[in-house]
Amino acid sequence: GFFVWHLRNTGVRRVLCRFVHLYHVADNRLITFQYFNFLKRMYVTQCNKDLSQRAKPKSDSIVSPFHELQQLDQEKKVVHKISPVSPVHQLWSETSSRNELGEMKSALKTEESVIPVGAESKEDRRWREMKLQLDDLPGILARLSKIKLTALVVSTASAGFAMAPVPFELTRFLLASLGTGLASCAANSINQFFEVPFDSNMNRTKNRPLVRGQISPLLAVCFAASCGIPGIALLTAGVNPLTGALGAFNIFLYTCCYTPLKRMSIANTWVGAVVGAIPPIMGWTAATGSLDAGALLLGGILYSWQFPHFNALSWGLREDYSRGGYCMMSVTHPGLCRRVALRHCLALIGLSVVAPVLDITTWTFPIVSLPINLYISYLGFRFYRDADRSSSRKLFFCSLWHLPMLLLVMFTCKKSVLKKEDKGDLPGGSHETAVEIRLP
Amino acid sequence: PPAHSRSDWIGPPDELSNLRPVIFYEPPEESPLERRLREARQEAQASNQRFWARHNRAFRQEKEEFIYSRLKAKGLEVRDESGQKATLNAEEMADFYKDFLSKNFKKHLQYNRDWYKRNFRITFLMGQVALMRALRWLRQRKKNAEQ
Repeated sequence: GFFVWHLRNTGVRRVLCRFVHLYHVADNRLITFQYFNFLKRMYVTQCNKDLSQRAKPKSDSIVSPFHELQQLDQEKKVVHKISPVSPVHQLWSETSSRNELGEMKSALKTEESVIPVGAESKEDRRWREMKLQLDDLPGILARLSKIKLTALVVSTASAGFAMAPVPFELTRFLLASLGTGLASCAANSINQFFEVPFDSNMNRTKNRPLVRGQISPLLAVCFAASCGIPGIALLTAGVNPLTGALGAFNIFLYTCCYTPLKRMSIANTWVGAVVGAIPPIMGWTAATGSLDAGALLLGGILYSWQFPHFNALSWGLREDYSRGGYCMMSVTHPGLCRRVALRHCLALIGLSVVAPVLDITTWTFPIVSLPINLYISYLGFRFYRDADRSSSRKLFFCSLWHLPMLLLVMFTCKKSVLKKEDKGDLPGGSHETAVEIRLP
Repeated sequence: PPAHSRSDWIGPPDELSNLRPVIFYEPPEESPLERRLREARQEAQASNQRFWARHNRAFRQEKEEFIYSRLKAKGLEVRDESGQKATLNAEEMADFYKDFLSKNFKKHLQYNRDWYKRNFRITFLMGQVALMRALRWLRQRKKNAEQ
């Protein structure tokens, strides 16, 4: 997966570094750099002021990524090329220096690389017009709003809704889901808006729309507003004010607390866990209209789950976090990181036991969920003890299926609404959930 | 970017800073507001480029030094017999990452403040420019309709 790509990337970079020399011309000059395959490079310095008017290449530079011509203005520039590593490819060296009066043109020709470079990375190496492409817009907005993460958030909210001990109302459910989804889109977009230079520097996030210039920051903010405001309004008016308030609070917590805190203190992980815990609480309050113990329990389960999930993920990203300036436990307090992950895996077992005590599920729930809880705790223990990449990956991937499965089991063990009156439930109780569907 | 283009162009990521350079289009009939926006973006770009180029270069350098010193301490050479560069595993590098992060903490705090300020200012100017252009376009349409 991304580990392999990361390794290949850094390997390439290391090789190229040996041949590269940078010349700083002046403080206010931009030094830009392009290459078409990993064999050749050319340095171009541009003057801030005049480039926008002057830089004009010969005709086809956009069409073919392998030909690039640039005309430069009266600036000192050093053009430096690296000879390729592989002897198979033709060498094309050209060093030129400019004179004050003339303009420089330099041509670069490269051959098809023997080593397969992904089509997308070739695309990535070109200069692109910063104009909004309308047919790309859905994809761009999907990536901006982290649509997959949003879908997961909405599903945890639905789980909260489903677990609430009230008759199921379809419209309410749909409104709550839609509102939560819109709020999540807004929060994710603002997060990306804040983090552009940092995202560019991390391998995991360097292909985001704002980083690639596919969308302007203004449009990102407008999109966030046009998702967030209707989303919260929908929750407040269409569901109930409590859910709306929770949604607004969660957006605030994520964008104004978690995002800046990531670069200031390791406390960000705990704040982030709360952010993850709120959607199921929102689902519950959407159904019942009040903040019961059940809501808090469900929130607690999501809260505890975040730690093994995130701590395991962050273990493999330590280099990027360190370079990017992110304060994460895995970098600054690795022992704590692993302890906390294990602690919360065990907490999940405890919380599963609390569920029937609060009358949310039958006693089958802690029994049936015990195997998966024990398994994730075991992986958490392995991570705690071994502290290596393989144990962290195992824990992370386990967390990905553990949560949906836990919620599913919880739902099937939900204490039926009708049976709530008689407390004489046997431990081997039924899996029935008598659900009344009340139509609007 | 081609000469006739009337939009900004964005390029591939810079090797040192990982930021994508933008060439800003300067229209001949640029208004003072639009000029302020363009200059703010250019200034932010230059400042970001300076920061990250320097920062990443320092990271790479210090990482090399760390690896070298650790290998020396272990009594190993930087390259083994086959000429391959020896590396430390992730756990040994963890000390370096922790150290580097704490050393640069203050620098990052300062940069964050600057970046947030610049980002808000640029986006606000973009909003003003967009509004101005929209009003101009509406006025133009009204004029055309009246003619």
